[in-house]
Amino acid sequence: MRRWDPLLQLAMPVLLVVLTAVLASGFASPADSVKFRNVLIEISVVVGLYVFVGNSGVLSFGQISFVAVGAFSAGVMTVPSDVKPNVLTTLFPFIKNHSIGNVTSLLLAAGVGMIYALIVGIPLMRLSGLAAGIATFAVLGITYNILKYWDRIGPGATTLTLIPATTDYVQATAGAVGVIIAAFLYQRSRWGRLLRATREDPAAAQAAGIDIHRQRLWAFVLSGGLCGFAGGLLVHLLESINVDQVYLDLTFLTLAMLVVGGSQSLLGAVVGGLTVGLVNILLSDLEHKWHVGGASILPGGSSLVGVAIVMLAVLLVRPSGITGGREFDAGWISRLFARGPSTAERVPPAA
Amino acid sequence: MILAVASAHVQAIIDAIGSGAVFALIAVGIGLVFGVLRLVNFAYGQLIMIAAYMLAFTDGWNDAFSIVVAVAVTVFAVLVMERVAFRPLRTTSPATMLVATFAISFLLQNAALLRYTYKDRPQGDSIGTLAELNRAITIGQVHVRWVTIVAICTASLALAGLALLLGWTSLGLQLRAAANDFQTARLLGVRANTVIMWAVAISGVLAAFAAVILSISRQQVDQTTGLDVTIFVLIGVVVGGMENLVSATLGGFLIGFANSLVGAELPTQGSWPFTSNVYLPSVIYLAVILVLLVRPGGLFARSGQAAVERV
Repeated sequence: MRRWDPLLQLAMPVLLVVLTAVLASGFASPADSVKFRNVLIEISVVVGLYVFVGNSGVLSFGQISFVAVGAFSAGVMTVPSDVKPNVLTTLFPFIKNHSIGNVTSLLLAAGVGMIYALIVGIPLMRLSGLAAGIATFAVLGITYNILKYWDRIGPGATTLTLIPATTDYVQATAGAVGVIIAAFLYQRSRWGRLLRATREDPAAAQAAGIDIHRQRLWAFVLSGGLCGFAGGLLVHLLESINVDQVYLDLTFLTLAMLVVGGSQSLLGAVVGGLTVGLVNILLSDLEHKWHVGGASILPGGSSLVGVAIVMLAVLLVRPSGITGGREFDAGWISRLFARGPSTAERVPPAA
Repeated sequence: MILAVASAHVQAIIDAIGSGAVFALIAVGIGLVFGVLRLVNFAYGQLIMIAAYMLAFTDGWNDAFSIVVAVAVTVFAVLVMERVAFRPLRTTSPATMLVATFAISFLLQNAALLRYTYKDRPQGDSIGTLAELNRAITIGQVHVRWVTIVAICTASLALAGLALLLGWTSLGLQLRAAANDFQTARLLGVRANTVIMWAVAISGVLAAFAAVILSISRQQVDQTTGLDVTIFVLIGVVVGGMENLVSATLGGFLIGFANSLVGAELPTQGSWPFTSNVYLPSVIYLAVILVLLVRPGGLFARSGQAAVERV
């Protein structure tokens, strides 16, 4: 059975995402359809976040910067060039006068995210602990501030509109699956294992000759690319975007998703994104759509309160996340059918 | 002319000290809890918000009464927070505790938002507490608002009181022992729950004081009240050095001071990043990154004491 574990580890998260997408595309109302695709994109962001935070054990509040630059580069570059000079008059000429297609824009978003992560990561990856958390937060603050006010590179404080809506279920699902596969291949690669070793014991890892800075940087750059790519998908879903949509709320939401699912496993990233995302959809439907005797079940605006309570409750019951930071393996199935305390319980893998 | 320019700078510096004083108050509240619990309380801003709401709800009352109510309710709220969330999670990873406080913060913000979505109210509730302190006294060409003086005095008194408490009482000794080495302190007979509850309660009182001062000049409260200022103070506390209450407080003061002063001194014109005062946060954040790269343990931390190291 163990031989199949790697495949199961990949198959389970992929299955969850695909199943959600298939069910949602079949049954969800048009209004909910956008929300479901949004959850798929949020999962991509959370998995991108996991690639760095989960594997390195270093908290980053900065990954949404890469979502933001990905979203805005993909968005600004796909506004049709015949209208762009009239709507976005202040742009640099080479941005103003060129437009690119859908797939190119997603690649651009990933590329911009990677390059930005590389530039930022070279100095910042020297830091650990709270200092790393605050420094990456500072990056987010700078990114937000510049995107909001520098109207030579984007829409500034106004909302960017007229972005082609190309993120359908196929693209959102394929994107999320692609991100999951990339994260999976990375964590099983030599580099991924080296980085995980530094997470478990930095001193021992360094003594074994691992360059912590370099390993963290690779993960940070890959994470930046995946987050940028997810940003590209996001902008093509929303059709219009404001810089506030890729700032604090998304940062806290995605971090919370990761921790709720279990920050040390790929499965945890997907399960956390899915759980919080679906609870959010369910509660907002209770609030807006489903009525009992003329009154909606939940008072208006209360769904987010509910999401917060669910998040808190999960953390209180399972502080290391729903999955406990473990990947899926055959043992889960045998434990499920085992009676009494499981004998199949083993030391969690380095996951 | 020279006098006018000089007094403009003096004005900016006095305002900056006032702003730094409030930030320092909040920094102490955050640093105190971090010291004993190793918990970064992101929901601290929502304690400020709760206190500000209490001021708004008791707007018609005598100012002294409404401040007392604000302090009492805030302390109650933070004790509930401690009992419900901090205590069960005390032994978990710092990331879990931090995300739990995110969740509380998110919960309280959205609960406050309900007030405005459920009924058709205008955004925000107004606060008239101590509004007369917004008047200024003029010395030469420098206008100092009373609230600035009150902020500086309150912060100084609160910090002095805290220093006395920490340095001269048994409780203070226990708090310092717990902050220094929690396990050993417990072995020596320090009651963990009592000490933590005191630390948390004091942080609640400080949040309420900060809320009163902030509310005097803003005169309004909504669901975002306290959020930005807490984020800034958290950054300041880490930049100053979180391991030690004094360095954390200095860090909080410094970021409030720098934010106010740089904002006043940056030109209002300039279209490239970092050249005008709309880019003030970027300038501050860039300085934060540079400080952390040079001194990751904090600007005011003694060397060798830092919990964080570069790799």
